[in-house]
This record gives sequence, C-alpha cells and structure tokens, in this order.
Amino acid sequence: MVTNTPDRAATIELDAARGTPLLRAGGAWTLRHYHELTTKVDALRTQVGDEATLDLSALTALDTAGAQLLGALAGPRRLQAALADMELAPGRRELLAAVADAMTAPPPPRAKKPRYLADVLEHIGEATATFWRHIADLLVFVGAVLDGIARTVPHPRRWRIDATVAMLEQTGFNAVPIVALLTFLVGAVVAFLGATVLAYFGATIYTVSLVTYAFLREFGVLLAAILMAGRTASSFAAQIGSMRVNEEIDALSVLGLDPLEMLVLPRVLAMMLALPILTFIAMVCGIAGGMTVCAVSLNISPGMFLATIQNEIDPLHFYIGLGKAPIFAFLIAAIGCLEGFRVGGSAQSVGEHTTSAVVQSIFTVIVVDAIAAIFCMEMNW
Amino acid sequence: MSAAKSTDAVAEAHGVRNQFGAQVVHDGLDLTVRRGEVLAIVGGSGSGKSVLLRTIIGLNRPAAGTVRLLGEDLYALDEEARTRLERRVGVLFQQGALFSSLSVAENVALPLIEHARLDAEEAARLAALKIALAGLPPEAGDKLPAQLSGGMIKRAALARALALDPEILFLDEPTAGLDPIGAAAFDRLILTLRDAFGLTVFLVTHDLDTLYTIADRVAVLANKRVLIADTLEKVADAQDDWIREYFHGPRGRAAEAAAARTS
Repeated sequence: MVTNTPDRAATIELDAARGTPLLRAGGAWTLRHYHELTTKVDALRTQVGDEATLDLSALTALDTAGAQLLGALAGPRRLQAALADMELAPGRRELLAAVADAMTAPPPPRAKKPRYLADVLEHIGEATATFWRHIADLLVFVGAVLDGIARTVPHPRRWRIDATVAMLEQTGFNAVPIVALLTFLVGAVVAFLGATVLAYFGATIYTVSLVTYAFLREFGVLLAAILMAGRTASSFAAQIGSMRVNEEIDALSVLGLDPLEMLVLPRVLAMMLALPILTFIAMVCGIAGGMTVCAVSLNISPGMFLATIQNEIDPLHFYIGLGKAPIFAFLIAAIGCLEGFRVGGSAQSVGEHTTSAVVQSIFTVIVVDAIAAIFCMEMNW
Repeated sequence: MSAAKSTDAVAEAHGVRNQFGAQVVHDGLDLTVRRGEVLAIVGGSGSGKSVLLRTIIGLNRPAAGTVRLLGEDLYALDEEARTRLERRVGVLFQQGALFSSLSVAENVALPLIEHARLDAEEAARLAALKIALAGLPPEAGDKLPAQLSGGMIKRAALARALALDPEILFLDEPTAGLDPIGAAAFDRLILTLRDAFGLTVFLVTHDLDTLYTIADRVAVLANKRVLIADTLEKVADAQDDWIREYFHGPRGRAAEAAAARTS
C-alpha cells in the first residue's frame, strides 16, 4: 500500500556476522524503487542460503511490489512461515501473507519459442486454407441467397418493399454525388492521357473514342463497383455484424423469422438495382469529364464529340458495361452480408470483418471483371 | 469488520449537481467515503449510481458542486496533478473494459510500464503477481480478453485496477452477470484485498448478497441525492417506502437470511 511517508531510499543489507545470516530491509519498499531493489535483490539472492532470516522492522513503506521482492528474496514459502513469528506494523502481515500466497502458485508455462521458417510456412498454409474456405463459404452463401430469392418471389406478401427502398436510398441515391464527381475526374484524366499520347500520331480526335470506349465498357462499371465495395459492402458488414454482437440475429431466428429473408435479400436486391443506375451515371459523368477536357484543350466541341460517339461507338459496349453491373452488385452485397454474419461476438470482430468485406469485394470485382474481359474477347464482342 | 476504521475522508462530494440536457440526475448531493471502509451505493435503475461513480473518479464534470478525491479538489487540478492523482485510484468498470488487443498480462503490465517506468520483464513479473492476487490461474495471463469468461474478465480487470497499488478502489457492479458461486467468491476476494492492502472500496451494486457480506456502510441514492448513508442495519430500518421495499422485499429478506446463516 502506498503511504504518505516521504519516500526514503530503500535498502537491503546482509548481516552475516552472527550464526544465521540476517537480511535487514529498510526504507520504502515500493513500486517507485522497484527497479533499484530488483538489482539489489538479484545480487543478494545468490549469496543467501536457506538459513537467512528477515528483519523488516526498519521498513517505512511497503506495497505489493515490495512484498513481491521480499517474497522473491526469501522464497514465498519461507516468507509465509517466517510471518508468524515476526514483529510487523499493522496491515503489513496481511499484505505479505496475501502476496506470499499468490506467489506460491506455479509459474505459468513459458510461451512456445518462435520457429521462424516453420512459422512462416504455417502462416502461408493457414492463409491458403482460409482463402479456399472463404471461396467455398461465398459459393454456399450465394446459393442460399439465390434460393431465398426463388422462395420469396412467388409470395408478394413476403417482399420487403420498405426495407428494400430504404436500402436503395442508402446505397444508391446517397452515393450519386461521390460517384458522379469521381468518374468525372477520372474521365478528364483519361482524356488528358489519351490526348498526350495520341498527339504524337496526330490522332487527337481518337481521344473521344478512347474515353467513351473505356467508360462504357470498363471504367464506368468498375469505378462504380469499387466505390460501392468501399462504401456499401463495409456498411452491410458493419450493420449485420453489430446485430450479431447484439444477438439480434439470434433473436430473429428464435422468433421464427429468416435473417436471410429479412436482412440479406433487401440489401442484395437494393444493390442490384442501385449499381446499374450508378453505373449509368458513372458512364455519363466520365464521358462528360472527357468532353470537358476535349472542349477546353483539344478544340473538339461537345457537338463534334457527341457526333463522333454516334458514328464510331457500337452500343454493344454500353450493354456489356451495364450488363456486368448487376453481377458485381450481387457479389458485393453477398460478400458484405456474409462477412457481417461471420462476426463473432466482439466489437473488434466487427471492425476486422468490415475491413475484410471491402478487401474481398474489391478483389472479387476485379477478378470477375478480368474473366468477363477474356470471355468477351473470345466471343469477339 | 468495524464500520469506520478512521473517520478521515478519502473522497467527498459536496452539493454535486449533474444534469444531461433538461434531465437532472443529481441535485445537491453530499457523500463522504471514509478511509478503509467498503461503501456500497444502492438505488433504483436510473437513479444515477454510475454517474455518481464517474463524477467521483473524474470522468464526468458536475454542473455544480465540488468533488474532493484523496484530499484534492478533483476538477480544479491541472492536467499533470490530475494524472498523478489518477494513479492512486483503481477502477473496475462494469464490463471490465480490458483492452481487447492486449493479453491479460499485458493489460495489467501496461500501467506499470507507463507510469512506474518498469522495464517489460519487471512489469511482467509484477503483473503475474497481481493476476495471482486477483485469483486467476497463471495461464490466464497469456489469454486475450475475448477468450475469458465473465467472472475471469472481472478478475482480470481487478488485477489491472490493482496494478499501481491504489488507495481507493471503485467497483461498478462487480458481481453483475456472475453466477452466485462466482459472485460470492468475488465478494470474498474484495474483502481479502481490502484487509490485506488497507484499501478503501467504493462500489455500486444491485446485489443484495454483496451488501450483506462486504459493505461497511450503505448509501441509498434516491430523489437526486443521497437519502441516507449508514450501516446496513440502520439503513434497512429507515422510514422510507423505497428503502423498505428494497431491503424487506422477498429478495432482501432472502439475502439477509443467507447472511445471518453464514456469519
């Protein structure tokens, strides 16, 4: 216990003049002097045999830290035994007894030693196994969601219109400004890049095709999907995850309600409606960004820009871009919800799975987009 | 256990007023915690027990009134003096509030390393002692808070609260959520530690058994102030409807009978 006695230096002396060596502890044996006392005690411990007796009459202050050192010096069992016939200030005996009792507990087993290379291999193996397990889980979950949709569609009473519309506002409508602004800027950047490179060949007019082609086919849907992965997959995971922490998901099941139907289907459907719309907005804004750059620095007027699009660009590109949107939307929403359901009980887990939802959905979107590109190439689309 | 080992005050609240928006929780509240006693705060849900605890430990500045903790005017201190004072106080939060990214031993060692300037090995040795004092098995030190049961979380949090050998220990519902065996063991642990370290204990509780086993004095919080603060017998006999209902309702009688059997 800390007392108000002014802290004097703590001392420990070995008096070996008489028959049994005597250890005289004095001053303040407190946390403040723990470091210096540890050094002294460690040095003395080798010198004292089993016979030494303790004299604590000169102690001015003692706390658990000091008591621990006395225990370490004399050995907890001997300290316990010696307590009975020692003269001590009131309160000290109880303190020393409690500490000595606690110290007689067996020491904890030491943590296992690191095995460098083996640990690295173990980690790689675990990560690989986790990766495959995540893919398998995602496929199972996708199946469950499709099954849920199939079961719900024939029963209009079970359609969660309100929840879906609320989710549509959250994931779609509220995301319009950020999607519009970012794609406009990326459109401008692509136009600048194109203009710089194509100027070498005197083909600056093809900047129009570059921007339009890129945004209709790839950039519109990809940028919108990546933004949604960051914005919506994370929020789905956090919403469902905190419901899990709160045991709300269990409460739903106990009430005989299907969490999949109540929570997942509205989110997936809202996302599948929102992302195509956002993709369309992304395409328009990206092309507008390119058009602005063309008008300002390349002397291609908006009228000429639009005429070029009409003459040069096959609408097929637009359909391919837009066609990918619902697929990406489904995957992003499914991953977000699945990670939410994976949350295990603590707030920390919510954070981990939210991060994981974003990483996985961006990863999945890009992988699926690459597969789609190869497919379209083979089909000559 | 004697009701008042000495009468000097470890913590005092004078004319404390707490309000959140239009809702007044405390008004003109006075309370004194004496050195070496176990003072239990009881009161209905929403009577502001936890708010009072937070006010006395410096987490909730009152709208009016003064709080003196260990002889210092808590809310008038500068930053540095506040920190020095806070080192002399241990707090056990209701959910334990263990740092979830650190193991139990690291949780306990953290204040030792930060405040007592110990190196990691010394801190680990002392942390192991505190963990043992709190009645946890040694292997619990390596576990993360998420791996512990409710009772072990409370004990681990107690070990952390005891890390710097506080003079006064604040406990917010220490036995809430524990099974009766665990709760009784925790009560005994608090008594043992109080006797061994001469601690002053301030606890907020709903647990009548805890009141009967460990409380030296009981303060009843009602009508925005401390209605009465005295020994359990005197409080239980007070002429107040809520107090009668509290101590002489079916649960109160059962706890009293249980306490009478064991003592």
